[in-house]
Amino acid sequence: MLDRQYRTMTGSLPLAVPSLMTMQDGGQGHSMAPQHDHAPAKSKLLVRSFSFFYGPTQALFKIGIDIPEHQVTAFIGPSGCGKSTLLRCMNRLNDLIEGARHEGDILLDNEDIFSPSIDITHLRKRVGMVFQKSNPFPKSIYENVAYGPRLQGLNQRTVLDGIVEHSLQGAGLWEEVKDRLTKSALGLSGGQQQRLCIARALAVKPDVLLMDEPCSALDPIATGRIEELLFTLKKELTIVIVTHNMQQAARVSDWTAFLYMGQLVEFGLTKKLFTAPAQKQTEDYITGRFG
Amino acid sequence: MRAWLKQFWATGDLFVWGCGAGLSLSLLMIGGLLFLILINGFGYFWPSDLIELTLKDGKHVIGQLAGEEVSPKGVPRIRVKVGNRDLYGLDYRWINTDQIVERSRPANLIILERREWGNFYGRVSALHKGDEVVTEGAASIQQALPPLLRQAAVPDSADAYSLLVADANGKEKSIPLEQVLRLLTPNDLSVLGKAWVYIGNVWAVLTTEPREANTEGGIFPAIFGTVMMVLIMTVIVMPFGVIGALYLREYARQGVIVRLVRIAVNNLAGVPSIVFGVFGLGFFVYGVGGTIDALWFSDRLPNPTFGTGGILWASLTLALLTVPVVIVSTEEGLAAVPREYREGSIGLGATKWETIWQVVLPAALPGILTGLILAMARAAGEVAPLMLTGVVKLAPALPIDGAWPFLHLDRKFMHLGFHIYDVGFQSPNVEAAKPMVYVTTLVLILVVVALNLAGIVLRNRVRKKYAGSAV
Repeated sequence: MLDRQYRTMTGSLPLAVPSLMTMQDGGQGHSMAPQHDHAPAKSKLLVRSFSFFYGPTQALFKIGIDIPEHQVTAFIGPSGCGKSTLLRCMNRLNDLIEGARHEGDILLDNEDIFSPSIDITHLRKRVGMVFQKSNPFPKSIYENVAYGPRLQGLNQRTVLDGIVEHSLQGAGLWEEVKDRLTKSALGLSGGQQQRLCIARALAVKPDVLLMDEPCSALDPIATGRIEELLFTLKKELTIVIVTHNMQQAARVSDWTAFLYMGQLVEFGLTKKLFTAPAQKQTEDYITGRFG
Repeated sequence: MRAWLKQFWATGDLFVWGCGAGLSLSLLMIGGLLFLILINGFGYFWPSDLIELTLKDGKHVIGQLAGEEVSPKGVPRIRVKVGNRDLYGLDYRWINTDQIVERSRPANLIILERREWGNFYGRVSALHKGDEVVTEGAASIQQALPPLLRQAAVPDSADAYSLLVADANGKEKSIPLEQVLRLLTPNDLSVLGKAWVYIGNVWAVLTTEPREANTEGGIFPAIFGTVMMVLIMTVIVMPFGVIGALYLREYARQGVIVRLVRIAVNNLAGVPSIVFGVFGLGFFVYGVGGTIDALWFSDRLPNPTFGTGGILWASLTLALLTVPVVIVSTEEGLAAVPREYREGSIGLGATKWETIWQVVLPAALPGILTGLILAMARAAGEVAPLMLTGVVKLAPALPIDGAWPFLHLDRKFMHLGFHIYDVGFQSPNVEAAKPMVYVTTLVLILVVVALNLAGIVLRNRVRKKYAGSAV
């Protein structure tokens, strides 16, 4: 039932769709799981009372979110609310920061990603990341996409060729670059660079794709192309996207989490959150009264 | 008025002009220095005309005009390079202009370049083979000479060739042909002919070995030694500097110790180079070299093989001297690599080392190459430490030759910087050596420029490859 609703929603603004859903339990407290009577999708990532500290500063306060598989989940909130921090914890990129520590768990397919038995490079292969600023390496387009597979020891040219083509097609970039794969990736336009980064992430065949404001540096047309891409990608992947742009969250996501000052204020179906937010703070934010 | 003054200060015009003046002054000084070296260095090769002076006392002087001035006593005088050191003792002579009755440029005056005693200036009368006359007259001798000069000289044999020459006053002298390098008649040459001689001279200096305590002949071994030493130094210093910087920047826990190490490295760049020379002598030459000799070359002792100065020890000493430069530039290059590159690579499942090797180091390459360029410039100009660790005024053999193992790292070598010092300040005939000092200085500057240009071209190529990167 829900799936059908989502299909009809794609491409149109959920804001324009009159919500038939009544406001259920707004999800008080710290842990907010999606309402399972509305969400038959299986959870991919489980965040359980997760707190995060940069040295003495606490950035996240006991966050609890279930991220459903094959759906797009958006994190919104004002700058500094902790949405990027939460995203970067999901593939443990914050391990690089000195003095950072966490409490609580994040489970990927019911496996604790912080458990010592987890191979961190394997985790990062399963949970890919696309950054705010497109960051193709100063290599050729081909080598950028082949970077991940090469790290895994793939060196056969034919296999790599296949992966590169498939990934670039997945990112909707193949037609534009197929004749200049050996040219420097830095010669591409901003939007193409960002799609190249998506292709690069896809090349390692991740289960989850984390996107940290992937369109904030792009023009509306490039943004549109990436948003379209998300609809096709979510058939294969689970996508978590951080965005500043509430219209974007409303357009592309199935689920939305609103964070404020390191706290999860509200988490629910995008349609519902944007039309009938349970929390006053959420309503103030999405109507532009603060933030 | 006060308002005007205030506005004047506020616009900063004064500072703009001050900065401009400072910059112009330094450019002027550098330009002047280069101009002086260029004029004197390039002028050395030009075969200027010989003049013959008739003096009041009836004597004659033949030579090249080398300068004019008013003496401290107020008498105008000229300086003439009269050559013929075997006859007169000195190459140069001052002549008061009021003593000169006549100046002329006879076409038959010759410059005879010899292996000993410097140039001979005068006239040539005959070419002898043994005791018999082969030919007479400057023109025919000049024609007969080149094939004879190319033949291997047979010294002291009865039918050896010799030239009968005479100085300005007709004093005759017989010069055996094996002493003769070349015979020139500059007054007879057209500008084109002189240009040809000029090119030949430049080529000879760049490609031949020195003669006469380095004051004559070429400087090829010194050029070769300089370039070779810098290259060996580069090969040694690059890995050490880059590895050191990588560890300091990427792996070491940033704290007090790393800060201290960094301060120490930076201070190392300020240590006087002679101190490095002393260290190189004590540690590399006597310590390491002596141990190598004791272990592997004991059959040759007490003659040292590695336990004496050599190109390897000099290069190692210079590598030590330039390693701070490489470390500092590499660290800056590494710091300039955008964080996004690292995160992008780590995010794809790369380990830290894979990220550094595949992404960070290539992106930091321009910075690393900047370090290389600075290190080469510094190393090519150093003389003091080399004097203790392997440079000699005349090296019998090049560090590379056809004999196995081809690269002889234990050999002593010649160096342009040391050559300048040796020729300019240690030579018995300083006046005659002065042009050679200018030439050597010019070549040293050109070698440094060429090495730097090579580095810059390489860096630009790398930059172009990574065009658009932040470095």
